[in-house]
Amino acid sequence: MNAVRDAADEPRGDVAADAAPTAGQWRRSWERLRRHVPALVALAMLGLVVLLALLVPLVSPFDYATPDWDALYVPPGTAHLFGTDGLGRDLLVRVMWGCRVSLLVGIAASLVSVLIGVLWGGTAGYVGGRTDSLMMRMVDILYTVPFIPLVIVLTVLFGRNFLLVFVAIGAVSWLDIARIVRGQTLTLKNREFIEAARALGLSNATMIARHVVPNLLGVVIIYATLTVPTVILFEAFLSFLGLGVHAPLASLGTLLSDGAHHMKSHPYLLTIPAVFLTLIVCSFSYVGDALRDALDPRELR
Amino acid sequence: MSALPPDLAADAALIAIRDLHVTYRTPTGTLNAVDGVNVDLAPGEFLGVVGESGSGKTQLLLAMLGLNAPGARLTGSIRFRGQELVGAGERTLRTLRGARIAMIFQDPMTALNPYLTIGTQLTEGLRHHQGASRAAARRRALELLDAVHIPEPERRFAQHPHELSGGMRQRIVIAMALICEPDVLLADEPTTALDVTVQAQILALLRELRSRTRAAIVLVTHDLGVIAEVADRVLVMYAGRVVEQADVHRLFSDARHPYTEGLRRSIVPLTGPLPARLPSIGGNPPNPAALPPGCAFAPRCGYAFERCRATPPLLEPVAVGHASACYYDGPLGRPP
Repeated sequence: MNAVRDAADEPRGDVAADAAPTAGQWRRSWERLRRHVPALVALAMLGLVVLLALLVPLVSPFDYATPDWDALYVPPGTAHLFGTDGLGRDLLVRVMWGCRVSLLVGIAASLVSVLIGVLWGGTAGYVGGRTDSLMMRMVDILYTVPFIPLVIVLTVLFGRNFLLVFVAIGAVSWLDIARIVRGQTLTLKNREFIEAARALGLSNATMIARHVVPNLLGVVIIYATLTVPTVILFEAFLSFLGLGVHAPLASLGTLLSDGAHHMKSHPYLLTIPAVFLTLIVCSFSYVGDALRDALDPRELR
Repeated sequence: MSALPPDLAADAALIAIRDLHVTYRTPTGTLNAVDGVNVDLAPGEFLGVVGESGSGKTQLLLAMLGLNAPGARLTGSIRFRGQELVGAGERTLRTLRGARIAMIFQDPMTALNPYLTIGTQLTEGLRHHQGASRAAARRRALELLDAVHIPEPERRFAQHPHELSGGMRQRIVIAMALICEPDVLLADEPTTALDVTVQAQILALLRELRSRTRAAIVLVTHDLGVIAEVADRVLVMYAGRVVEQADVHRLFSDARHPYTEGLRRSIVPLTGPLPARLPSIGGNPPNPAALPPGCAFAPRCGYAFERCRATPPLLEPVAVGHASACYYDGPLGRPP
């Protein structure tokens, strides 16, 4: 996101300045994005959540772990904006910590899976032949590994470790990206402009960097932004099962899980984390959709 | 050129192709895409190559860049200024591609990368081969855009391909091929994907560029009309072989090969009453993986006799600078 903003803020140079593909192109993309109202709302929402998640735990007098036995199940009010849970811990701080953890897991695991997926799928598609078959058969085999038992086995072997959540989720979600990128690379490889670039005498590395990757970018970015919410939900699901982060640290998943136990007596324990999870997941979907449109230069203005 | 001993002819030529074969192994057998072709290309010459789809004309072109599809086997010799290209390493070929031998592609709609600006794509070759600075490359690119008659070059430079019309894009593709001032320009059906009026403009442009630059041009097409417009000399290809080779005027006034004659008669006249049935050559091009033992054209040829079906005729000189591969030497017109 920052890259888009930075490029957009650059002074409008003369045409010579944007002979490089990036500057002018990012600026146009940003201009297209700016006209997409739902995406802007989603972007603002996401920015707000990130900001709150970063700041609130710093300025709040409460922390996420210390129980307060004099303030059990306090409903939302002036002392505790979101109320407190069954151990008297401030829900606002806990939800913000939950957002931190969920966003971190979501973004980091998505980045890891995009990185592996693009490299793997891109190599398989570009090189082709036996290498391609071999690499994609490995993906097929990994597809067959059942996810939940895998996580349980990993948890048993390595104990409950925060890093494990990344590894487990990343290990599964790169498979889809690898397949998509491979398919995209295969069709790209047969496009005439790749042939034209070869006839221009460009080396393989230059061709991949300048002609293949930019054409993959749209697909990869939309898939990455769609992966973030999936990963967040995955983590919530794992935490709900008790396999994710462990107490007293909270993720949105563990907060939901706790809240679900008191759904009838203290509904705010469930609804508040649920609202934040929904906000994050929806925002990412909208931003991804708009980004894909914005990054395609053929998109009509 | 047949008067000179082969070595001298090869040394004088810019590109000398000797007994070139391009073969592909397929499940049904070996496919001879190019089958023993000999060509000399002189500096500044405009050579036309005509033939139907599958006659090997595009494979011949790609062989000069070493860009045939993976699995192609090249034998024979292609020498560019004395340097052997058949079997040359990828590294050597890369220094020639785009710099000394450039290619114009058929479909301007797909030959440009939709994600990069015209300027970036135009200057890519120059910056890659000559390490030109961004400013110098831009200056040169704007000059070229002007040379290929693109109005408002400064504005076009910053635009993306989808913002330009087909004819405009083909001009860009031509400018891209010209930017390193190559010695040879290979054009693969550069006008097929365009409207007829735009086609005429692009041909006029090629003719103009040819007199302005010193580049030799090889134009591949299935359209004899295009050849008549621009070429000096013509190769007629059929089933991977050259069946007739002549100067463009001779080819139209005195074609010796029945296939050339058939192609010529397939041109629809622009004036006079339209024939009831559009003239065409009967039958289909042969399967390149299962060629007949004799002349490949014999099954479709009205003049064919026994000898044609037994052994393939060789390309023999019939006059100065005119050669034909046919046993029949009677008059062509109505087949007997």
